[in-house]
Amino acid sequence: MVESKQQWKAWLYLAPAIVLLLVFTVWPIINTVAMAFMEDYSGLANIGGEASFRFGIGNFTKVAQNAEFQQALTNTILLCLITVPVSTVLALLIAVALNAIKPLQKALQTIFFLPYVTNSIAIGMVFAAMFNVIGSVGTRRPLISSYGIVNDIIRFFGGNWVNWINSGSDYWANMFVLIVYIVWNALPFKILILLGGLTSINKQYYEAAKVDSTPRWRVLTKITVPLLSPMLAYVVITGFIGGFKEYTSIVGIFGESMGPVHDAHRLNTMVGLIYDSLASNNQGRASAAALILFGIILVVTLINLWVSKKRVHY
Amino acid sequence: MKIVLQNLTKIFPSRNKKSNEEVIAVNNFNFEIPDGKLIGLLGPSGCGKSTTLYMISGLQKPSSGKIFFGNDDVTELSTENRGIGLVFQNYALYPHLTVKQNILFPLQNLKGKDKLDKDTMLKRAYEAAKLVQIEQLLDRKPSELSGGQQQRVAIARALVKMPRVLLLDEPLSNLDARLRLQTREEIRRIQKETGITTVFVTHDQEEAMSISDMIVVMKTGLVQQIGKPQDVYDDPANLFVAKFLGTPPINVFNGRVKNGTLYIGSDAVMNIQPVPDQEVIIGIRPEGFVLSENGALKCKPVNVEVMGRDVSIVSTHDASANPFVRSIINADNKVDVTTDFVRYDIKPHKIFIFNKETEERIYFEVK
Amino acid sequence: MSQNTMQVMHARDMQKTSGRQKISKALSLAGVYLFLLIMAAIVLFPFYWMIISSLKSLAEYRLSPPTFWPTQVLISNYADAFTTASLGVLFKNTMIVGVVSTLLSLVITIFTAFAFARLEFKGKELLFAALLATMMIPGELFTITNFATVTNLGWRNTYTVLIVPFLVSVFYIYLLRQNFLQIPNELYLAAKVDGTSDMKYLWKVMVPLALPTLISITILKMMGAWNSYIWPRLVANDEAHRLITNGLRNAFTDTTGDVNYPVQMAAVALVSAPLFLVFVFLRKYIMSGVSRSGIKG
Repeated sequence: MVESKQQWKAWLYLAPAIVLLLVFTVWPIINTVAMAFMEDYSGLANIGGEASFRFGIGNFTKVAQNAEFQQALTNTILLCLITVPVSTVLALLIAVALNAIKPLQKALQTIFFLPYVTNSIAIGMVFAAMFNVIGSVGTRRPLISSYGIVNDIIRFFGGNWVNWINSGSDYWANMFVLIVYIVWNALPFKILILLGGLTSINKQYYEAAKVDSTPRWRVLTKITVPLLSPMLAYVVITGFIGGFKEYTSIVGIFGESMGPVHDAHRLNTMVGLIYDSLASNNQGRASAAALILFGIILVVTLINLWVSKKRVHY
Repeated sequence: MKIVLQNLTKIFPSRNKKSNEEVIAVNNFNFEIPDGKLIGLLGPSGCGKSTTLYMISGLQKPSSGKIFFGNDDVTELSTENRGIGLVFQNYALYPHLTVKQNILFPLQNLKGKDKLDKDTMLKRAYEAAKLVQIEQLLDRKPSELSGGQQQRVAIARALVKMPRVLLLDEPLSNLDARLRLQTREEIRRIQKETGITTVFVTHDQEEAMSISDMIVVMKTGLVQQIGKPQDVYDDPANLFVAKFLGTPPINVFNGRVKNGTLYIGSDAVMNIQPVPDQEVIIGIRPEGFVLSENGALKCKPVNVEVMGRDVSIVSTHDASANPFVRSIINADNKVDVTTDFVRYDIKPHKIFIFNKETEERIYFEVK
Repeated sequence: MSQNTMQVMHARDMQKTSGRQKISKALSLAGVYLFLLIMAAIVLFPFYWMIISSLKSLAEYRLSPPTFWPTQVLISNYADAFTTASLGVLFKNTMIVGVVSTLLSLVITIFTAFAFARLEFKGKELLFAALLATMMIPGELFTITNFATVTNLGWRNTYTVLIVPFLVSVFYIYLLRQNFLQIPNELYLAAKVDGTSDMKYLWKVMVPLALPTLISITILKMMGAWNSYIWPRLVANDEAHRLITNGLRNAFTDTTGDVNYPVQMAAVALVSAPLFLVFVFLRKYIMSGVSRSGIKG
């Protein structure tokens, strides 16, 4: 009697969440997988896309052979492979340094967290401004009125200015700007997690190391990193997942053209490609691309877990 | 309000799905708790005492049997309709509410004809606070109180709705030794002042004996003995009860009865009747030993512990079930530990014999 | 050598090494500070550049070498930015979506977490595990079908489409359930003894006790509305319902070339300001929420 009353009461509490989840989470999983295997299909009833379709892996082959997709995949993987290690190492160094000091620790900690509470489109525009060159860049004899603050700094130290993001810029110059921005954006979360991990490491290990007069670098590599390995594994995995979904950083810096003026879309990513397909009413191809993205994330996560299982010391 | 427990049984289904072992937490408990008394449910952990308390509270439903408050059958009644107050082991005070808000909380739940106006509620809360002597702490948060003060707030919260029955779950176990003594007297005082029938659960026999009108000793779901504390101590029904009550604990020996004589090892300690010849377990309270030059029980002394008024002689005996035999005697007696033996006479009302198999008490008379 | 002199020698050695150690320790500490301060400067530089650029005149901005503090502070950039990007409408839209979706989301999260933490029903563990499993799937996979769903429902270009699809967050449910589970069972039993209904217990005891978590969720959810870009652009990019991030990007489509950067930076500063204010006052909740989540608001 009491038990059954509890039963329906529980479902009453759960009802709003379950209804919404069924519509916006469960149905999409089923439908997206189905659409990925339906050729020439559009889920939008008002366009009449449901008229004819056949089942097949056509969407996947089309996506895989698509040059834009290949470009997007390359961009995404390159960004991941570079930004995740760079930001993790940098975050580790900053976290260890923060953990070693007392005065100013709280203030610096706050400063390092600041990039987290930003709008990635908005701050992307700031980065664009910092790297932008004003003048006729990309022409044979460029007339420059302002090199932008980053080039000014390079020139101050005697270097040559670089066309970072303007028309005629080099692919790797674009990538460099993106990497700087993404790393800048990724640092706060990683520092927060790693510093949290560091403060929970028992001080006795360090005292024992001091008694044995262990050199600093050895303390870092032989004590800190192994003891921090669960946290490191966590930030690397979440870093990869985030990296594969990179999109708004590029929109922030390059706008929706996803590339410099002379070669739009060359910096597109997997997520960008999915939305492009969606915007052009190609639901099947978007679904196939999304499933491929999911597959990649799953594989990368599993590899990470497998590696960390061998390497992580608890 | 008297409480009647009738064939009360609680069976928990097995946690492990493979083995179908059920756990009988409380087995056929029958007891009539007289009105206005303080009752201690006593036993080791897992004996079913807390389950019994929770069944009286209504938080757990009995598998079978009935519970009556006075003449009302409350077995099917839900907790909030039983009119009980319950004090939890960790007090369960709402940490975000002040002491006053905590005490008021149950009153604010009253509905319909029981609904109180604000002034009455405040008056009742003050009265409850005054009863447990925490009037000056009303605006504090629980985290700003000591353990003993939290305990009082919990009691006040339980008493404020004027319950028919007050239930306390291990009320003293979270307090340090000094506070424990003070608080148990406090509980006794509050119970006497209010006259509410009170049941409390404890694993500490000293605590139970010191304040209860009656104690119920339980083991693995079964009631072992019910009675006034002194009666249970002086007249245990079985070996478990004898061992569970008393500090230092009772001394246990293996012995036998032969031709009306009780032997501990080879020492013939007493002539008894009418007990047929058999192997027995013998229990002697530490205070049951009397030093005597011609005493029948010969123990090898090891050490003497001075306890002030008394001394405790630690010795060994071949037939002892424990490593040492511990006696408590008046400090006026001079004991020489270097001698080979100390000899004791045994006070007849401090020695109990038990059946070797059932461990039930065997009654006898001294010849 | 007598034992005495040996001891004296030893003590002197010790003193020497400890002196050397002190110097090397001070040096390495100075190195640590130098590293941190340089990194902090790099982290802060974009903010600094945003603010000083937003106060410069266009002519001054174009100067090479640049000025590091505006010679003439131009507040009018902010007024220009406000009108150019029609930030007023964007702020209003974002606040409506943010507040409504946060409130509804909190209620749903509280009810769901309560059911999972406190109530007993068949299939509880299984359902919860299934819920957690959906967190693995990238959001883009849902977006594709949801785009079709909201289009077919005729929800395009409404507030509803910006609010309803994201009301349930499995992660927030998980976070709150963990918090609820930490509340000792005795409090619930005590409330039962006092005749408290489940609903009253939830609102009077559990919700106040889980307040820090609820505040974290509120902030993250509000920040989410403020920063959301992809979905709003896809389904509600009309003037009447456009959200702030989209509006910003729409108003300043050009990022490179000879753009009016001072005004653009003023707009960026205006959009960033509320986030900074929230951060300054509620840093504790954001950081604790984030360290448990890893989800960008």
